[in-house]
Amino acid sequence: MRAFANLLERLAFTPARNAKLRLLRHYLEATPDPDRGYALAALTGDLKLRAVTPGLLRGLMAERVDEQLFAMSYDFVGDLAETIALLWDTDRDDDVPLREALELLSKTGKAGLPPAIAGMLDRLGASQRLAFLKLATGNMRVGLSARMARIALAEMGTPEVADIEEIWHGLTPPYAPLFQWIAGGERPEHAARAPFRPVMLSTPVDLDQLRAFDPADYTAEWKWDGIRVQAVSDGGTRRLYSRTGEDVSGAFPDLLEALDFDGAVDGELLVRRGDQVAPFGDLQQRLNRKQVTKAMLDSHPAGLRVYDLMIWNGEDVRTLPHQHRRALLEAAAFSSPRIDISPLLPFKTWDELAALRDSLPDPVIEGVMIKRRDSAYVGGRPRGPWFKWKRDPMVVDAVMLYAQRGHGKRSGFYSDFTFGLWDGEQLVPVGKAYFGFTDEELRELDRFVRNNTTERFGPVRSVAPKLVLEVAFEGLNASARHKSGVAMRFPRISRIRWDKPAAEADRLETLKDMIP
Amino acid sequence: MRADQILHPTEAGLYCPPGDFFIDPVRPVPRALITHGHGDHARSGHGAVMATRQTLEIMAIRYGEDFTDTRQVAEGVIRVGDVDVSFHPAGHILGSAQIAVMPQAGPKIVVSGDYCRAPNPVCAPYEPVPCDIFVTEATFGLPVFRHPDPLLEMERLKASMAEFPERHHLIGAYALGKAQRVIALARQAGIDGPIAIHGALQRLCQYHVDQGIDLGELVPATADKVEAQLVIAPPSAFASAWVQRFRDPVIGFASGWMTVRARARQRGVELPLVISDHVDWPQVTQTIRELAPEEVWITHGTEDGLMRWCELEGFPSRPLRLVGYEDEPE
Repeated sequence: MRAFANLLERLAFTPARNAKLRLLRHYLEATPDPDRGYALAALTGDLKLRAVTPGLLRGLMAERVDEQLFAMSYDFVGDLAETIALLWDTDRDDDVPLREALELLSKTGKAGLPPAIAGMLDRLGASQRLAFLKLATGNMRVGLSARMARIALAEMGTPEVADIEEIWHGLTPPYAPLFQWIAGGERPEHAARAPFRPVMLSTPVDLDQLRAFDPADYTAEWKWDGIRVQAVSDGGTRRLYSRTGEDVSGAFPDLLEALDFDGAVDGELLVRRGDQVAPFGDLQQRLNRKQVTKAMLDSHPAGLRVYDLMIWNGEDVRTLPHQHRRALLEAAAFSSPRIDISPLLPFKTWDELAALRDSLPDPVIEGVMIKRRDSAYVGGRPRGPWFKWKRDPMVVDAVMLYAQRGHGKRSGFYSDFTFGLWDGEQLVPVGKAYFGFTDEELRELDRFVRNNTTERFGPVRSVAPKLVLEVAFEGLNASARHKSGVAMRFPRISRIRWDKPAAEADRLETLKDMIP
Repeated sequence: MRADQILHPTEAGLYCPPGDFFIDPVRPVPRALITHGHGDHARSGHGAVMATRQTLEIMAIRYGEDFTDTRQVAEGVIRVGDVDVSFHPAGHILGSAQIAVMPQAGPKIVVSGDYCRAPNPVCAPYEPVPCDIFVTEATFGLPVFRHPDPLLEMERLKASMAEFPERHHLIGAYALGKAQRVIALARQAGIDGPIAIHGALQRLCQYHVDQGIDLGELVPATADKVEAQLVIAPPSAFASAWVQRFRDPVIGFASGWMTVRARARQRGVELPLVISDHVDWPQVTQTIRELAPEEVWITHGTEDGLMRWCELEGFPSRPLRLVGYEDEPE
């Protein structure tokens, strides 16, 4: 577990995605089975352990450390598992196999757990103690998604990410057959029902580019602002996957119940009240929940708007042309009102489609999707068959308030900017943006921050409120967590308004009026 | 004579009335005894300064030869006014000393200054000095602070340098003491190639080399293209435009505070290295047990934790609440 503890520590402090991938790949290459498989499962949240309670851990400490010293230490460190890992007094640092630590957590009875945990901590050095306690409390938080884990696996051998994604949900820790396959062995069979299949993605397009194509070869439909999902119902097993293959079924039992078909469909997950599609913010409240309350199911009902079919009545239809799949889809009868079909848009010319895009009938539409009639359903992001033509972003002119130094390639540059809008005589922070500008603009912004600093807090500086930034964003949610009451989606700096006085920046009311 | 008549805190620092001197005063005074050369302990502008030869030389490097009117090298037992004083190695940085204050009648007081008991290749080791009253720091005065073997931390640095061979590793270390220790530890750990140092470290590194401490090949980290993978710089450099010359560096920081993850995160550190020049919890408690003084006075740091320990162990203790000393000097 020493190597695992080391990996956890590095991942926790490494912000860059590629560096995280390298750390993980090196670990997986150097660590034998079954530990690497268990480590992978622990990192991606696929280990189902009974969580050890904070109360149990506090009890262990009470027997060992003076109560006041413990309280002062916890206050200083701020994290219970970390405090205990640091306080635990032992000279040993055995390299305990991860498998052994996990077995202890999964097989020990409730009464035996406190002494078993204490006995394990007695054998471990500080970093292993922290890793063990993080496993025990089920709180890894190293910023590593299952998607990234699969990319690291793909980098280790010949299978592509899409190949790994396709079999991932049939695998269980410690994934020995997967590692054998990556090392050149046989591909593991689909063991599980209702597997995930790689999703087909589109590339951005604009009117000029579209003019090179014949509109008669394409269909168009609205691009809904929900979450792209794959809904699978296979011999009684039903699952809902995100487009990166995360299983999100748990948060949407209402929709799962409605999947009374046999197949795998591609669509948009939306919160829908009758015919009305709710804004993205409503959907967000349903996400990342282990359990959904009855009240939430009633007030935020989930629905599915189907775009395409992948598997239908036992047949893999992905190789059929899009228009054939579309015909199958239109013939399909979904019995639940939660499920409907994304309608096609009538257009003869690109200009007609442009006119439709310019007057979107619903605020929860974020543009149009354009698909070649003869396109097969191909996982990944092939260039050409499918386009997304998003509506123009919303923009506000905001004032830079704080700047934070970046990481990696932006080390030493102030590259993360907090910006605000006028609320009366005050500037209220409304968001943060850290891209959208060129390298040259970054140097200019950095110079501005250094020359206009008013206060410093560690890596953050507050700056004199005089630079106006045009901020573009894709959507807006009402948010109780933000002081301003709004949360922007995907904000970036679209222009630096060196010319515009801060007093002429936009007001908070203007932004609030944009909430759908 | 009562203990607090021999030494007591004032706004300028610890004052000794019978000797009419201050120890590590934070503002200019007529006569100062200085434990070590860090900026918060050794300031310029005193009338007379007594310190170890190396501390005096370090002060001259940092502040210029005119940092004081008169200076005296501390050697052996020296009479100052009505008390005797003597200086003893503290193991903190080059030249660092504890100061023993011995009145003709009354308790012997040892002011440890900042001290450390882990082996340090760039200075003489701490020497226990028996005393009646022990004046200790409590920078890391909580039981969560148990500094690992610094060579194990160097192994982590080496592993990262091997894992990311194309990235510079920029390690923040205070200019006096920590920087040289990190370089010497890197050499011990087998990092043999050139090590680049920020301009602010140049003169102090040269001074260590002049004192016979081998730091290996050092190159300046001032050129546009820095040819060493390992670069040492003072923490202040990381906020300056200097760091922009490095493309995608691994930023590290060598400090006892790196024990605590939240502290490392606040600094935006990717490679925290727990390397400290201060006593950690086991060392400070071991030292108090060993010296078994009648009373423990605590100068600065997290004194509440150490006072609680003293209470549990039966050592009378009190905080001096001295102001003006930093957690770890810049």
